[in-house]
Amino acid sequence: MLSHRVIPCLLLSRGGLVKTHKFAKPKYVGDPINAVKIFNEKEVDELMVLDIDASKERRGPDFELIEQLAGECFMPLCYGGGIRHADDAKLLFKLGVEKVSLQSAVLHSPAVIREIADHAGEQAVVVSIDVKRDWLGRPQPFSAAGVPIKQRDWRRAVADAVANGAGEILLNAVDRDGTLAGVDRGLIAEGSAIADVPLIAMGGVGSLADIRAATDAGASAVAAGAFFVFHGPHRAVLITYPRYDELRALWSD
Amino acid sequence: MALLDDKPAPETAERSRERPEVTIVDCGIGNIRSVQRMFEAVDGEAEIVSEPSAIAGARRVALPGVGAFDAGMKALRDGGWIDPLNHAALVEKVPVIGICLGMQMLCRRSEEGVLPGLGWIEADVRLVDLGGETRLKIPHMGWTVTRPARPNPLIPEGQGEQRFYYVHKYRAVCDRRDDVLATATYGTEFTAAVHRDNIYGVQFHPEKSHRFGMALMRRFLDIAC
Repeated sequence: MLSHRVIPCLLLSRGGLVKTHKFAKPKYVGDPINAVKIFNEKEVDELMVLDIDASKERRGPDFELIEQLAGECFMPLCYGGGIRHADDAKLLFKLGVEKVSLQSAVLHSPAVIREIADHAGEQAVVVSIDVKRDWLGRPQPFSAAGVPIKQRDWRRAVADAVANGAGEILLNAVDRDGTLAGVDRGLIAEGSAIADVPLIAMGGVGSLADIRAATDAGASAVAAGAFFVFHGPHRAVLITYPRYDELRALWSD
Repeated sequence: MALLDDKPAPETAERSRERPEVTIVDCGIGNIRSVQRMFEAVDGEAEIVSEPSAIAGARRVALPGVGAFDAGMKALRDGGWIDPLNHAALVEKVPVIGICLGMQMLCRRSEEGVLPGLGWIEADVRLVDLGGETRLKIPHMGWTVTRPARPNPLIPEGQGEQRFYYVHKYRAVCDRRDDVLATATYGTEFTAAVHRDNIYGVQFHPEKSHRFGMALMRRFLDIAC
């Protein structure tokens, strides 16, 4: 039986949790420690926490908060946001984070991947690649933190990250972020074929069927934000996570 | 198993009830804080030690590890851990649990590196065998149902489905079927946990496997020392 991970992705902004729409319009959804406690009780497969301000503000991670979050996680925790160099990552591992997600640091210097992988193993290093379609519908790499991107071909960026020691690729379809409108299958299929390490698909999940669509397209794991924090047409904040038997049934055939 | 060299055994502090229930080895290669938190979550007392001399007198030993095999063995060797660990496991016979890379280091050797392992379990560590399943990727990363191979104190039979979180590229291949405590399947069936006498090893991460991991950690603390 294939075992795909389904990963809630929580966004930190100004000390609170937010959910964005196409990487903009952050909406406050609650207190991070409380949310992590709830996801822990729901026995999620893995949890991802991304600080969406850190790199933009040219600052490092909020280590104190992350340590508190890690203390509530009895499942694997991946943290991303503001990790500038291997020393930041080493401190995060020490605080109880299993994986670090890198983006801006890699755009500045790809060698940081190998440096961290040599310390903690490749499995601990996730490279996050955000892809946004241009007005002609062509996927282009994107940096929300505004870091100049030298490698304009996102496929090459995926291949380079793996060659440089990434243990996983987090592929985020920016245009689908927060829309609940379904995943970008073409992007996932292409990315999964290039990456010979597990690929986490993110962006657009609005149903269990979307999760299945992402793994059918080749993703090893699927991450989602809005799907796990919003409920109903008015997007009321409600933290949910599928039951284990629902997830098992999803891949039973 | 004649693994101890001729050097005199490290001085044995009396195994004092004052020591915590489990001593976690910190030689710089593990997610030790998570392991400690999980023991504490099941009302265990767990200490982290970064000096090999602190192994003497330990009631139980946990050896966590992530990363590459040679990096792990080098950390044990250069840090002076191997003699005190051999003494605790093979002479004092305190319950020992190796976790992830910690389990692989209980074996003789690994395809991943050239350094010898601790050699407490008669097994070699080999690359995960996907059995030609092209959709699967290495590392094996995620939650996988894990089945006891025989009656044992860590993953008891008849408890319903138990699943654990795995992240690994290599797996142990035991000489003796008896040493296999549990199995799981990723492409092909592999050894998920090993056990011989007082020595236990798990390929998965019980410290990151919520209630299943908690129950396992509790059971390890319940093994008489």
